[in-house]
Amino acid sequence: MKISSREVEYVAHLARLEVTEKETEKFTAQLNDILLYIDKLNELDTKGVEPMNHAISVTNAFREDKMLDSIGTENSLTNAPDARGEFFRVPKVID
Amino acid sequence: MELNQLTIHELQEKIKNNSVTATQITESVFSRIDAVEERVHSYIRLMKEDALAAAAKADVDIKKGNIKPLTGIPIALKDIVCTKGITTTCGSRILHNFVPPYNSTVVEKLRSAGAIFIGKANMDEFAMGSSTETSYFGPTRNPWDLERIPGGSSGGSAAAVAADECIASIGSDTGGSIRQPAALCGIVGMKPTYGRVSRFGLIAFASSLDQIGPFTKDVEDCAIMMNIIAGYDPKESTSVNAEVPDYRQFIGRDIKSWKIGIPKEYFIEGVDPEVNAAIKKAIRVIEQSGGQCVEISLPHTQYCVATYYIIAPAEASSNLARYDGVKYGFRAADVRELLEMYKITRMQGFGSEVKRRIMIGTYALSAGYYDAYYKKASQVRALIKHDFDEAFKPCDVILTPTTPTPAFKIGEKTDDPLQMYLSDVFTISTNLAGIPGISVPCGFTSRGLPIGVQFLAGHFEEGKLIQIASAYEKNAKIEKRRPTL
Repeated sequence: MKISSREVEYVAHLARLEVTEKETEKFTAQLNDILLYIDKLNELDTKGVEPMNHAISVTNAFREDKMLDSIGTENSLTNAPDARGEFFRVPKVID
Repeated sequence: MELNQLTIHELQEKIKNNSVTATQITESVFSRIDAVEERVHSYIRLMKEDALAAAAKADVDIKKGNIKPLTGIPIALKDIVCTKGITTTCGSRILHNFVPPYNSTVVEKLRSAGAIFIGKANMDEFAMGSSTETSYFGPTRNPWDLERIPGGSSGGSAAAVAADECIASIGSDTGGSIRQPAALCGIVGMKPTYGRVSRFGLIAFASSLDQIGPFTKDVEDCAIMMNIIAGYDPKESTSVNAEVPDYRQFIGRDIKSWKIGIPKEYFIEGVDPEVNAAIKKAIRVIEQSGGQCVEISLPHTQYCVATYYIIAPAEASSNLARYDGVKYGFRAADVRELLEMYKITRMQGFGSEVKRRIMIGTYALSAGYYDAYYKKASQVRALIKHDFDEAFKPCDVILTPTTPTPAFKIGEKTDDPLQMYLSDVFTISTNLAGIPGISVPCGFTSRGLPIGVQFLAGHFEEGKLIQIASAYEKNAKIEKRRPTL
């Protein structure tokens, strides 16, 4: 076993996903299959190989520091499930 | 031939000599949609009113002689590119009501070129899939066989072009999501070099792999679309400030004395014999066109799928963290506390493939596993790119099958994610290496299902792909068929 159902529950918590017992069971089996397949990578000796993080060599993309139009507060809030005034509203965080 | 069956360049001619109007073209596309859309389901949303208004405006421009490269041409957009004021769902419940306050750069560019937008095309949820079955809005069907998948994730964009429900369309390709459905639907699809087309306004899946590209009915149309969408964008920090050639100049040029690499690792067990035979035939056409085909090796090919299924989910788990029910999209009802709101919103808002990939990615990035998975995969990615660097030293272009099999049946692979992932085995390496690729139709199986041949080139060498694809298209003389719907 690469991953237990308890680990699956923990990873789901890290990913902020509520999972049902049935889903946990299914994900545990499927994730095990996938991770076993991925183990293939360990056949390769990658000692000293620089990890590749980008498809092309990119350097910092700087631009001039000047004011441009933005979408503004009102537009930013139009899609919010719950907004009041200039703010996004969420359920209470602490008692 | 009906107007909706024509190519961009054929319609341009007719518009220029005043034999058709933009309104006639647009109406012809919508009458086709009325006839077949119920069975194919290429679209999540149609934009008929806007499209007809845009066509009327285009007709005024045409009368004035103000004709741009896409004036009057009906185009479909994958529902992953943001369209100002028009719902953009990414095939997900979590964005089912999201109305972008801005346009993606690709939409701005197409609009400025005169394009008429027909609708938002169906797709696998968040572009995660190879069959368009994971869409929250239901699957798209392959116009060549309605029992089969059109490929994915840009299956709606591909099916819309194949079924003549638009003239050309836009898709996105993270591991084959343009080339694979293009092959399975019998049309042309290109994934440009990473950084060639701006991703501003493209809803992110895996940011180091995602790239926007066109679906078209022939190679010349592909060049026309690339001329419009390619180029640097100051709004997108990974778009590359490199000169964009006129891609149309590569149409009709020969490929005499070109060296074409045939990677032996792409001719493996599990490739459908009819696909294999069609590719062998394509190799002969290339040789008869003056190209010299040589066997090459891309030794790390067998590690591409494993590498991809760490890197793409890792980036996705991070990109999709933004869907929390606070700023936009779906929020679960009746939640009393913040953490609960996040968890229930994401449980109800995402489908199971998206959740599975978020889980793999979160696991691969979590404390204690990062080096074993993400770092390891990033190192293997470097080896895969090195394979291509070496191959392109002697070779101009590489030729492979686009997919190992023709379109499979709806439901055939939904319960086995790994089998689904393996259907991308020939397209994934391109994204990992950041190079461009094109799929071109190369024949049909005995059951009448389309097959595609894929050409790959070095970074920013889309021109070479247009050149060889156009030479192949001209010399292969693949029978012109249309799906009977």
